[in-house]
Amino acid sequence: MTSLVFYFQIHQPFRLRRYTFFDIGVHDGYFDDTENARIVRRVAEKCYLPMTSLLLRLVEKHDGRFKCAFSVSGTALEQMELWSPESLANLQRLAATGCVEFLCETSHHSLAFLADRAEFEAQVKSQRQRIKQLFGKEPTTFRNTELVVDNRVARWAEELGFRAILGEGADHLLGWRTPHRVYRPESCERIKILLRSYKLSDDIAFRFSNRAWSEWPLTTERFASWVHALPPDDPFVGLFMDFETFGEHQWHDTGIFAFMEHLPDAIFKNPRFDFATPSEIAARFDPIARLDIPHPVSWADAERDLTAWLGNHMQRAAHEALYSLGPAVRKAAAAGRSDLYEKWKKLTTSDHVYYQCTKWFSDGDVHKYFSPYSSPHDAFIAFMNVLDDLARRVARVQEPTPVESPTS
Amino acid sequence: MTAPLKVLMLGWEFPPHISGGLGTACYGLTQGLAHHGVDVTFVVPKTWGDEDQSFLKLVGANTVPVKRWTRIEHGETGPRVASSPALDAREPEAVVQGTPSGAAPLRAGTATAREERERTETLQTTLRLLEVESTLRPYLGESGYLQQLVELTGLTAEELVRRFADAPEEARRAVAELERALFEASASGELSRIEAVLGSEEKLHFSGFYGPDLMAEVARYALVVGEVARREAFDVVHAHDWMTYPAGIVAARVAKKPLVVHMHACEYDRSGEHVNERVRGLEQLGLSAAERIVCVSHYTANVLRQRYHVDPDKLRVVHNAVTHKDQMEAWHWEKHIPEPIVLFLGRVTFQKGPDYFLEAAARVVKVEPSVKFVMSGSGDMLPKMIERAARLGLARHIHFTGFLKGADVERMYAMADIYVMPSVSEPFGISPLEAMALDVPVVLSRQSGVSEILRNALKVDFWDVQDMANKILALIRYPALAQQLTEEGRNELATFRWDVRGKLVREIYEEVVA
Repeated sequence: MTSLVFYFQIHQPFRLRRYTFFDIGVHDGYFDDTENARIVRRVAEKCYLPMTSLLLRLVEKHDGRFKCAFSVSGTALEQMELWSPESLANLQRLAATGCVEFLCETSHHSLAFLADRAEFEAQVKSQRQRIKQLFGKEPTTFRNTELVVDNRVARWAEELGFRAILGEGADHLLGWRTPHRVYRPESCERIKILLRSYKLSDDIAFRFSNRAWSEWPLTTERFASWVHALPPDDPFVGLFMDFETFGEHQWHDTGIFAFMEHLPDAIFKNPRFDFATPSEIAARFDPIARLDIPHPVSWADAERDLTAWLGNHMQRAAHEALYSLGPAVRKAAAAGRSDLYEKWKKLTTSDHVYYQCTKWFSDGDVHKYFSPYSSPHDAFIAFMNVLDDLARRVARVQEPTPVESPTS
Repeated sequence: MTAPLKVLMLGWEFPPHISGGLGTACYGLTQGLAHHGVDVTFVVPKTWGDEDQSFLKLVGANTVPVKRWTRIEHGETGPRVASSPALDAREPEAVVQGTPSGAAPLRAGTATAREERERTETLQTTLRLLEVESTLRPYLGESGYLQQLVELTGLTAEELVRRFADAPEEARRAVAELERALFEASASGELSRIEAVLGSEEKLHFSGFYGPDLMAEVARYALVVGEVARREAFDVVHAHDWMTYPAGIVAARVAKKPLVVHMHACEYDRSGEHVNERVRGLEQLGLSAAERIVCVSHYTANVLRQRYHVDPDKLRVVHNAVTHKDQMEAWHWEKHIPEPIVLFLGRVTFQKGPDYFLEAAARVVKVEPSVKFVMSGSGDMLPKMIERAARLGLARHIHFTGFLKGADVERMYAMADIYVMPSVSEPFGISPLEAMALDVPVVLSRQSGVSEILRNALKVDFWDVQDMANKILALIRYPALAQQLTEEGRNELATFRWDVRGKLVREIYEEVVA
């Protein structure tokens, strides 16, 4: 039996407004709620609502044989609560079917694992609790921001009690080995790692509507035939992708919804194939080998590394300035200013440094598409100004003088 | 091997005497064209004294050997040829007449699927420099023309006027007729008026006198260039900015060859809404007569569409590039004051937006009183700017250096921590690239051509002085930003190459010659 393991990522950052130097010390309305609401509502209309409805129909139609998994960042959950409660309700309906697994990640889709282990663990624990509370089940599978894994992150996830972790099936990691087996990260004793089958995943997520692609247009039958041709001893195929693939990256008129609607039928035509969730695969199979991941591997760009987030001077300076404020912010929180801590956590969302990426020429187009700023330099300036203001507010908490209340 | 193509280029200035952006760009372009097998006869107006009675001097003609490498890849579908010009033709090597090429024989191929072969060939491209006696200069205006003539020629105003009066009757009449024809044609758009004037083949003497005003000189220059066109062999005429458009039209009509005009700056860039109608008229005439119009930016192409109603099919955009002079070695000048220096360098005129620079400065010093602002350059707005600075309370924070030239310009750039180009309307704007070449981070106006191609710069709308101040402050407060811009900027500068632009211009020639 070979199982298709679909995992969909949902994430929304709290985008910053164009916070200038002259806003510092004046107000702490860092986040552009108008823009954030507009984007979440638009994505809900084009993707979240139609696609979750489609998945509900698939689960129902196939009598529990269609399965998939979601990871929804805490910042996305918060924005859905604020601006698209119907989207959240649909996710809860999916959870209630028992066919959809909800994974855990850091609450703020952060890169805290690189700089601040205490913060990393705090964000994972708070997200775990929130997923349990919203979707009724404590998550047992961990997915780190942008699918970044190395030996260390895997061990931390194991120590936090997770049974499985997801990762990228990068060529330089696997060599001749297949991503379709369960592995155990070097340095771990219990946790299992499930890897993304990037070719088949990207056939759907990236290439689906590409008319220059020799396989265009991709039909359900053709995709199913590729899956059916896999060796019989492959236990699973990790199809991990951004949920916005459906309706947002691949527009409705590309036929992406129809493709997914008919995919289960086409897959089931060969009885050797079914669908499963990551935790089912982890429970069902023992690791076939150890996998050494000495350097962080992500699912981004051709390099599959962290250069999209920390590749240039600005990004590294912003990242350092952000995390150097961590201890003081947590102290302020302990002194009663949890609002400042929450604002800081929203700044840990990896998108803020992603907008500062200058890898223009090879992958630049993708980065530009996702950025609300006209340039990476503008993104850096707004971020640093916000951080400057926040640092001043945090410093004031420690002063004996009366605490100023936030202005918004 | 590309076919030889000959262009008669009506340009401005030539090394070592280049005073501004227009001359630099024209020169860069000839170098770029040399890479692509275009023979250039480069015509420049030049004033010379009494001793020389010819109207034309052949200053230099040489063949410029340009090394190119050609790579032949044997893919599955047969050989593909990818060729790329080398970088090193900026300094022409000694002329080697008669050497066919420095071609190395093809390496014998092995049967591997992807095999690369390289060879070098040498294009023999000719660059002839013709100096034509004239007082035209890139930045002349109609007002004060005679005064400038006095400075240029060393003759008195009376002498200049007398010389014109003493010039041969038929020559003076020809100048006056062409001037009138140009004026009428730019009003009516009818080029036939000009052709009627050019009917005669007789050789006239245009030496030893100049037009008594700018428009007469433009017409006289056109007639002289017409004489050049009768003697020279070429496939296409290429004229740079309005003063040479009439000459371009005349040369093209005389030789029955297509005309390409180049727009570096139009009258609206120079004067805002208060345009000189005669200048605008000659621009309109050149744009109508040309088969193709080369614009230095999309910004300029857009102005030509909207203000001159130019047929969009004729417009081609070729951005300027960086010449050897701009790619100076980083100049580590001793900076004598520790405070950050923010620099404006350019003509202090409406077009360059000096007032927005001051408004931004006033906002910056409120937050960072230690920052020093420097305004370098002269222009009609300078007195007003000095008063304005005082009114804004900037007296202690700003320095006016006046007009800088030569090494002082580079020294000023090198002393600066931030360069700001707040132009209101800038068709291209080479100065940010000069600052970047000296590792100075740049804040520039989005209302400029250079902002279309430049990525490693902070961009603002010129009127958004709050944002301008915000970006200046960010550069001062967050050192990683300056580091980012200068490091990546250096790599980016290296990609703005005239040989790449030369290829585009050659393709434009091919469109009109075909």
